[in-house]
Amino acid sequence: MSQRQVLQVFEQYQKARTQFVQTVAELATRPQNIETLQNAGVMSLLRPLLLDVVPTIQQTAVLALGRLANYNDDLAEAVVKGGILPQLVYSLVEQNRFYKKAAAFVLRAVGKHSPQLAQAIVDCGALDTLVVCLEDFDPGVREAAAWAFSYIARHNAELSQAVVDAGAVPLLVLCIQEPEIALKGIAASALSDIAKHSPELAQTVVDVGAIAHLAQMILNPDAKLKRQVLSALSQIAKHSVNMAEMVVEAEIFPVVLTCLKDKDDYVKKNASTLIREIAKHTPELSQLIVNAGGVAAVIDCIASCKGNIRLPGIMMLGYVAAHSENLAMAVIISKGVPMLSVCLSEEPEDHIKAAATWALGQIGRHTPEHARAVVVTNTLPVLLSLYMSTESSEDLQIKSKKALKNILQQCTYLPALEPLLYDAPPNILKHVVGQFSKVLPHDCKARRLFVTSGGLKKIQEIKAEPGSLLQEYINSINSCYPEEIVRYYSPGYSDTLLQRVDSYQPLTH
Amino acid sequence: MATLARLQARSTSMGQQYYYRNSVVDVFRKKENDAAVKIQSWFRGCQVRAYIRHLHTVATTIQKWWRGYLGRQRYQLIVKIQRRWRGYKIRKYCFNYYYLKEYLKAVSETNDAVRDFRIMNSCTLFRCREALEEFAEMKDREEKKADLEREEKKRDYQARKTHYLLSTKQIPGIYNSPFRKDPDPWELRLQKAKPLTHRRPKVKQTHSVSLSDWLACTSARSFPRSEILPPIDRKPCQGPFRPVAEVLEQRYRPLEPTLRVADPLDGLKEARREVQRQEWARNVNDNMFLPFSSYHKNKKYIPTLHLSSKYGSDSYGRQHFRDENPKRWICDKDFQTVLPSFDLFSKYGKLYSKAGQIV
Repeated sequence: MSQRQVLQVFEQYQKARTQFVQTVAELATRPQNIETLQNAGVMSLLRPLLLDVVPTIQQTAVLALGRLANYNDDLAEAVVKGGILPQLVYSLVEQNRFYKKAAAFVLRAVGKHSPQLAQAIVDCGALDTLVVCLEDFDPGVREAAAWAFSYIARHNAELSQAVVDAGAVPLLVLCIQEPEIALKGIAASALSDIAKHSPELAQTVVDVGAIAHLAQMILNPDAKLKRQVLSALSQIAKHSVNMAEMVVEAEIFPVVLTCLKDKDDYVKKNASTLIREIAKHTPELSQLIVNAGGVAAVIDCIASCKGNIRLPGIMMLGYVAAHSENLAMAVIISKGVPMLSVCLSEEPEDHIKAAATWALGQIGRHTPEHARAVVVTNTLPVLLSLYMSTESSEDLQIKSKKALKNILQQCTYLPALEPLLYDAPPNILKHVVGQFSKVLPHDCKARRLFVTSGGLKKIQEIKAEPGSLLQEYINSINSCYPEEIVRYYSPGYSDTLLQRVDSYQPLTH
Repeated sequence: MATLARLQARSTSMGQQYYYRNSVVDVFRKKENDAAVKIQSWFRGCQVRAYIRHLHTVATTIQKWWRGYLGRQRYQLIVKIQRRWRGYKIRKYCFNYYYLKEYLKAVSETNDAVRDFRIMNSCTLFRCREALEEFAEMKDREEKKADLEREEKKRDYQARKTHYLLSTKQIPGIYNSPFRKDPDPWELRLQKAKPLTHRRPKVKQTHSVSLSDWLACTSARSFPRSEILPPIDRKPCQGPFRPVAEVLEQRYRPLEPTLRVADPLDGLKEARREVQRQEWARNVNDNMFLPFSSYHKNKKYIPTLHLSSKYGSDSYGRQHFRDENPKRWICDKDFQTVLPSFDLFSKYGKLYSKAGQIV
């Protein structure tokens, strides 16, 4: 019986340990408990349980540790300082798949907070063991390892280089080809995090043949997977013309255009980011996108969403229009300008407004036709108000001024220029008056309209320094009209007339 | 007179001196003369060359004007041809207005096609048209399915909430009017629906039972006892019942696992853990032996043969473990077991009835 009593003591202790570790793991799922747990010193209690005899206790202890480290970076640092990582790495090789999953979870939770913690993980040799996990049969283990790689590579280029040197990239590409959707998504996000830092890293990803596999997955119905795949392709395409061409050669157009109509907002955002990164390199690539109908798809996408989701689409239109006037004309006939004006007036955020003004400026700056198309939608007063408003940020003011200048230098559509005569500050007024002085000498109908609408009166009221450019423009406008009219509209004319009346001596016979 | 005498005495030496001084300077005189001549000649050469250069430029200018005048006079025709040709070239090749118009029209047509991709008929999109149509259809189907499911759920919930409107034997419900031939379909739905109950607090799942728990609960101390003990002088029930104690003993017989079950699965792991435990108790130095992380830095990763093959991993051994050829099967059914399996040796001497026992 005494043997039984002795064994009972051990059983009770084991039960107590199991219960403790399971409750801690469960409590660690709620953020409000974690502070209390931390103050109670849970880390030092969990540490010996990692080396426990019973495998379930070990696994649950690792899981609890992972959840705690996931929550905030003090705890993650405590994990690193407590020397737990080498133990985890050492046991990762031997243990079963539950332990491997939990240990990979801990590595990911520690690595996600800051580059220093991720560097600590790299220094303890975890990358090689994670690469071994990436070859495991169980898809859950591979998913956990790929996730850990993705969080480590996210921070900066050196860490990504360490991940690449460990040989993870070919295995990640193999993971992408697996049938499990979660694994595919996480492998795609890992490749995206690796490729985003520098062209060399992106070249490494491309050399393994990732683009073809990623391109095949674009039509997959799962929304999260599409997000990651599109993000990966855009991170690859953004670095150089060659990479953008390689992405295009994988025949993503016109398939990507269907992603622009997806229900999920972030899929739309990532798809428009991808198209933007391709369009911005050369005019030929933008031409390709326009020929495939990409501009219309992007405009519809902008119409269907709000806020930051629109931003890549707006920038894409600007980039396409900036390359050449034919492409800008293509943007205009796809009804891009009304859409951009709507964005400009609707959006509350300054950076989106700045992007929209920039895009409008790029469209309107090529020829008078383009400027007319931009100006007809009544955008000039809006641009002027953005430039003059004290609430706009500096970036917005600079961009709206540039856009105004560029459009005004090409604009010959006088009805749209007239409102600007009244409100504009002197530096903008100079351009407006200059445009009038270019158009009025040649068009008599416009001259008549100018007089009847009160523009000539306003011109006379402008005070300009003699010899300045503004004065020259005013003079050239005045020379288009007979002298009586100019005198009639000049300020103080009524006073001079009355003076003449006063000084007139009627002829007395 | 004295001076004259002095002078006369010196005259010979003066003559010598004079001759000597002239002869000394003579050497330098030649050199200096040559140098002066050289400088002068060089400078005069430069002057002349500049003058000739100036004459050349003037002559070239005059010739240029004259030749241009001659050319303009004589070659008007050629200039006309060049003018016509340049205009044609620009209009046809560099900036072709009509081509631009056609291009913009094509772009707008493509845009319309993309905006409503069920009527895509551009030849450049032909390759992906089928895939895109399938995709569009799939999306439609999914949407419709989701809508139908949502409606079904809503109706079901309504039926559960209004379950009290079901008709009883005495009183027909509002959906089961006696003047109708059949009851309303909503009545049938109400009949099928389960009434809603109050939400019960979720009972926490207890941990699954493991081998040791079963052993513990079958020990003699943990018989389930009712709160009220049975009376002492209870007459045994009439009928072919076995004695209670025997039944209870049989029912709560402790588990005697077979050799196969009692054997631990992880004998190797146990041994390893034993070693670890001994080391833990025995070791002087607690620091783990860290692997050299930089040792592996330059090592190229050599993938296994399995992974480095072109076709990737084989599905045999991962997804299916048996080599099945359905084409070779004679009939559709699997093998039937004619005789059930039996444990010959584990239930030795422990069957319920004494019949068939050897000893």
